Amino acid sequence: MTMNNQGRPSRADNAALISTPTFTGNKALQIEELLSFEIGSISQTGVDIAASTGNVDRLGGLHRDDDIGLPGLSEPETMRHFVRLSQKNFAIDMGPFPLGSCTMKHNPRLNEKVARLSGFSDLHPLAPQAAVQGALELIDRLAFWLKELTGMPAVAMSPKAGAHGELCGMMAIKSALDARGEGDKRKRVLAPESAHGTNPATAVQCGFKVEAIPADATGRVDLSALKEKLGDDVAGIMVTNPNTCGLFERDIRAIADAVHDAGGYFYCDGANFNAIAGKVRPGDLGIDAMHINLHKTFSTPHGGGGPGSGPTVLSDALAPFAPVPYVVCENGIYGLVETRRAANAETAGVDSMGRMTAFHGQMGMFVRALAYMMSHGVDGVRQAAEDAVLNANYVLARLKSEMTPAFDGYCMHEALFDDRFLEGTGVETIDFAKAMIDEGYHPMTMYFPLVVHGAMLIEPTESESKRELDLFCDALLSLAKRAKAGEVEPFKAAPIYAPRRRLDETAAARKPVLRWRPEGDI
Amino acid sequence: MSVKYTKDHEWVREEGGVYIVGISTHAAEQLGDVVFVELPEIGKSLSKGDDMAVVESVKAASDVYAPISGEVVEINQAIADEPAKVNEDAQGAAWFVKLKAKDASELDTLMDEAAYNEFVENE
Repeated sequence: MTMNNQGRPSRADNAALISTPTFTGNKALQIEELLSFEIGSISQTGVDIAASTGNVDRLGGLHRDDDIGLPGLSEPETMRHFVRLSQKNFAIDMGPFPLGSCTMKHNPRLNEKVARLSGFSDLHPLAPQAAVQGALELIDRLAFWLKELTGMPAVAMSPKAGAHGELCGMMAIKSALDARGEGDKRKRVLAPESAHGTNPATAVQCGFKVEAIPADATGRVDLSALKEKLGDDVAGIMVTNPNTCGLFERDIRAIADAVHDAGGYFYCDGANFNAIAGKVRPGDLGIDAMHINLHKTFSTPHGGGGPGSGPTVLSDALAPFAPVPYVVCENGIYGLVETRRAANAETAGVDSMGRMTAFHGQMGMFVRALAYMMSHGVDGVRQAAEDAVLNANYVLARLKSEMTPAFDGYCMHEALFDDRFLEGTGVETIDFAKAMIDEGYHPMTMYFPLVVHGAMLIEPTESESKRELDLFCDALLSLAKRAKAGEVEPFKAAPIYAPRRRLDETAAARKPVLRWRPEGDI
Repeated sequence: MSVKYTKDHEWVREEGGVYIVGISTHAAEQLGDVVFVELPEIGKSLSKGDDMAVVESVKAASDVYAPISGEVVEINQAIADEPAKVNEDAQGAAWFVKLKAKDASELDTLMDEAAYNEFVENE
């Protein structure tokens, strides 16, 4: 034989598992990442360009002599720093992301492929309209389907995110009230106690005063309490449907009628539209304005992969006040209306609210959202809503045995639990959520909505398979059982396996460290 | 005069002709660690039930309402500087504002300590 002397141990021996701190602080490929300021040095530079000579000082002696204090890193160091940081992120592409009211659904790769076509991705917002007819047509077509799915006559495409869409809707309401001459009189906006925090914030931003509508025992708007609060000083209401308790507001038609009878407008927060898209048209419910989060319902990426996009559909009463610019089509030629006052006789004397953004909206998100719609079809959009609701009810039914649902009955797209099942265990919602991190899950939305004590709001979306849902439910059931069995310590210590353990949120809020300073610099 | 309480967990107590207002120990416990307090301007005129201050914990921000109508004559800057004081001594050193009452009879509608404790029990 030919002798190969490269034999080496090729399986683990039976040595006891030991865990000792490493010299570098790294845990295998989990790198203990420093700040770029700590990796590089302000005395180094990543580029090698000779200092320029012979420059004439044209700053009158005001040029800077001292260092600006940026760290110098080489290109590989820079690359590795940011790639490693990105790997510390958790994303929907890595696992279930059950963050309630956020609709963290899969972002299909087809959307990405289409959005990267150079005819879309290389557009300039100031390109001549004749050169971007296809892009304008895409905006118009997406607008058409958004109007179709919501049963509303108009849509403002420019808002850049959900809260921005809320702002658009409330500014339209404000404009309509001003046009009626009632802007100074109607100052109150009503919103349920379970509302997203952005609702009251938006209303206040528009100069309204917010009043809470109490919930009834089933977690829905208390209709009689709402009626008592209505009057000729009410500008409108802001209601999320399905609401943040994961429940459909069954009285929504009666709510709309009551508000309209009182002379107010009905703003609907469309954050949870995924639960009803293709099933219910908000226009049929008497809604005057509703934003649609393209990054939720229509699968465009959230956050870092975003940006978001919040087109806002408007009723006939509010449509004349839609912001500019918007796309119009005449004789097959697409164009943009850029001026504030529409030259249309029908709307003469009625002003658009003006411009909310410099340009037309989030083009990349429009492409992705339309790709989602076209690939799913109307029946597919409806099935997504049905599957999302089915998945949430599956989670609700499976977790019921160990966890406590906040309300009786079926839910819509998200299952809401309170902390009654943890009573007396010493474990709180926050500990339970942190323990989920150790199990490899991004925690659900916790302590929201505020109307439920120690709330845990789980939205699985339609993206998860039954196998994935079962594993998730089994993990939560096991945690709940362990908590009830008196295993408090692992919960209080959680997360144990994350790169960082429990952080001091109080200290972070009271004494935030917002910038790096060189050692010795206070 | 004894301490009076609202259903929204503010307390009010008369001292030398002005009314000292704060949030109850129970409320401070429920809020968790307070990280931010926003106080009204001195001289601000408040009606009973108006937003008077904002208190923010890690969990959420909450409005503090005026328990009675009146004018703000003094604010407790110490709690704005060091919000942790609210958790330490909510019904003592961590008072929020002092009000000059518009109508002292409004106090009659508020709960005394026993009634408040019972209210908290049943909440």
